[in-house]
Amino acid sequence: MTELLLTGNGAAAWGARLAGVDYVPAFPITPQTEIIETIARWTDSGGMPARMVTLESEHSMITAAGAAAATGVRVFTATSSQGLLYGMEMIYTVAGWRVPFVLVNVSRALAAPITLESDHTDVMAARDSGFLQIHCSTCQEVVDSVLLAYRLAEDEGVRLPVIVNLDGFYLSFTREAVELPDAAAVEAFLPPFDPENISFRASQPLSQAVAVLGGSQYSYFRYESHLAAMHAATVYDQATEAFESAFGRRYDAVETYRTDDAEIVFVMLGSFATKGKDAVDRLRERGARVGLVRPRLYRPFPAQRLREALAGKRAAVVVDQNLSMGLGGVLHAELSSALYGSAGAPPVLVSFIGGLGGRDISAEEFYEMVAVAERAIESGETPPPRLLFTEDELREIRKLQSVAHVEREELAQ
Amino acid sequence: MKERVLKRMKDLPSAHLLGAGTPMCAGCGGLAALHEVYDVLGEKTVFVNAAGCMTLLATYPFTPFRGSWLYTAMASAPAGAQGVRDALDILIEKKRLDPEENLEAVVLTGDGAAYGMGLSSTSGAIERGLDFIYLCYDNEGYANTGQQFSAATPHAARTSTSAGPTGYPGYKKDLFSIWAAHKPPYVATVIGAEPLDLARKVETARSLEGPRLILALAPCPVGWGFDPRHMADVGKLAVQTGIWPLKEYLDGEVRHTKVPSSRRPVEDYLALQARFAHLFHPERQDALLEEIQGRVDAYWQRVDS
Repeated sequence: MTELLLTGNGAAAWGARLAGVDYVPAFPITPQTEIIETIARWTDSGGMPARMVTLESEHSMITAAGAAAATGVRVFTATSSQGLLYGMEMIYTVAGWRVPFVLVNVSRALAAPITLESDHTDVMAARDSGFLQIHCSTCQEVVDSVLLAYRLAEDEGVRLPVIVNLDGFYLSFTREAVELPDAAAVEAFLPPFDPENISFRASQPLSQAVAVLGGSQYSYFRYESHLAAMHAATVYDQATEAFESAFGRRYDAVETYRTDDAEIVFVMLGSFATKGKDAVDRLRERGARVGLVRPRLYRPFPAQRLREALAGKRAAVVVDQNLSMGLGGVLHAELSSALYGSAGAPPVLVSFIGGLGGRDISAEEFYEMVAVAERAIESGETPPPRLLFTEDELREIRKLQSVAHVEREELAQ
Repeated sequence: MKERVLKRMKDLPSAHLLGAGTPMCAGCGGLAALHEVYDVLGEKTVFVNAAGCMTLLATYPFTPFRGSWLYTAMASAPAGAQGVRDALDILIEKKRLDPEENLEAVVLTGDGAAYGMGLSSTSGAIERGLDFIYLCYDNEGYANTGQQFSAATPHAARTSTSAGPTGYPGYKKDLFSIWAAHKPPYVATVIGAEPLDLARKVETARSLEGPRLILALAPCPVGWGFDPRHMADVGKLAVQTGIWPLKEYLDGEVRHTKVPSSRRPVEDYLALQARFAHLFHPERQDALLEEIQGRVDAYWQRVDS
């Protein structure tokens, strides 16, 4: 066992190295770049027996990743934000090929306006693709999730690619103590990839990813992918059991934090859940019965686990770090559909949008969200979704706008 | 791989590998070229396809190929070839695959992908020195969607998106030169109607390593407007008029492999095709015809000098 101080990006690279990947198609993009720089150093020095190729775009990178996986090697790749969207055609396509590999997405907000810091709108865009998704909240979880992801992807009943998501800046560039799994134990947990029938070779000609004509055939193959993704929930549970026995760390599909006697529960994804937990602790000190639920597995959507975790609660407060224009928070919408009609579902489900483009969520805002939920419980009326923004922030925006106006008038003269 | 000598028609492979009964149109010049190319390359190949007419060759659960196939998307077939090639190399290097099981990665796309959407991934693959053959069937338009103009459409041709009195205002992009500018081992133009020239070039390509282009002009009865039985005639006229120069780029030099001794007027080629009918009816468009002839003459003047 080795403990290192690693960034989230460093942890992702270590995950790939420990997984013994053969092939790393790559393309640089902030905030993911450190992952491929780290792997490039290792492959150049011989520390990692993998081949890395820099493609000319993420679209090509994901194509190459899928094609290599379709030929029967273990593949790792990584991207962020605009890169994920640039490659989105291939995200859907390679998932349909039913080829297992792991893509680390370092979440970053999407243009426009173009920016660098994190939110989850990028990875949400892949939610319907057939890629499974695991969302991390710590650097330790990043390295461990990459290993879990290969086990999940390569399972013969799954055979789907997996996105491991970590937040840009908050995790990608934050150094935390990470316990590196022992290489021999990793090999026992994750034996070399056995592609079985996934291959291209002279003696066994194979046509992959061929066209279908007609809705029946198309529906059949799409349903198969969906059923494989649903089945992945069971496989994930088995993999976490095996992971815990091997390494002593447990990663349930849904993490619950101080929820047993809680009345109001935050529901959040990713690293901001650690801020949520901190707020829960502070609120608990004041006697508030609050807790937090964090889906770690996002695809397949752990609907049953969420129903169980929230059964009997008086309110769930969903904090979405994404924004579906014209709808609101995606997690809120998905949780609503999971809870609707289920016994013991919280009568109040409150939606907040926060943390877009790296915007922080302060402890005070968490307290206010609980206060809103308490009022909703009392009144029995669910308030409309709220976009977190403070008066101070608005004042700062007004200042910038007045500078812009002055400059524009100056130029107009 | 050692290059076999192909001197005359009877040296060409007698076994035909590509299956019949494909969904391609009658008289498809692209399919003719593919037949001939496949006979030379053989079945130890994996065709990595981009969106186009030939995507329908492999339609579940049928394929005319004896070897393998991977459909990718319109823009990134060369990147698909990269993944397959790298994976095969890795498997062989790590002794997880017998070298006898190796395959040649062959990208198969139309001109829409080759000249346009896929050009970035093509350029990337060449610059990385990817060991692959790129076979483009150039039917000079987005034929699969009903012959809209593409970057490969010739000047003045009528397409479903250039249906005005003077046809397509642009000029056919010079993909041969774009490839040659990357200094790859091999670039060649071919046409199915000249099978010996085609087979020799595919054989040369087969004997080399690295990025290699076989660019096949693909007379398209539906898109160009001629009777399917004239496919080979149209192809021969494309060469005899000098409109489609048969050439290769090898060792840094461009060599013309079939120089027409006396070039026939371009009108002989144009008049056979409905896409150029507006140049002759209701009245002759002499200025356009002279421009087309002039451009062909100027090309060959540079070759001859």
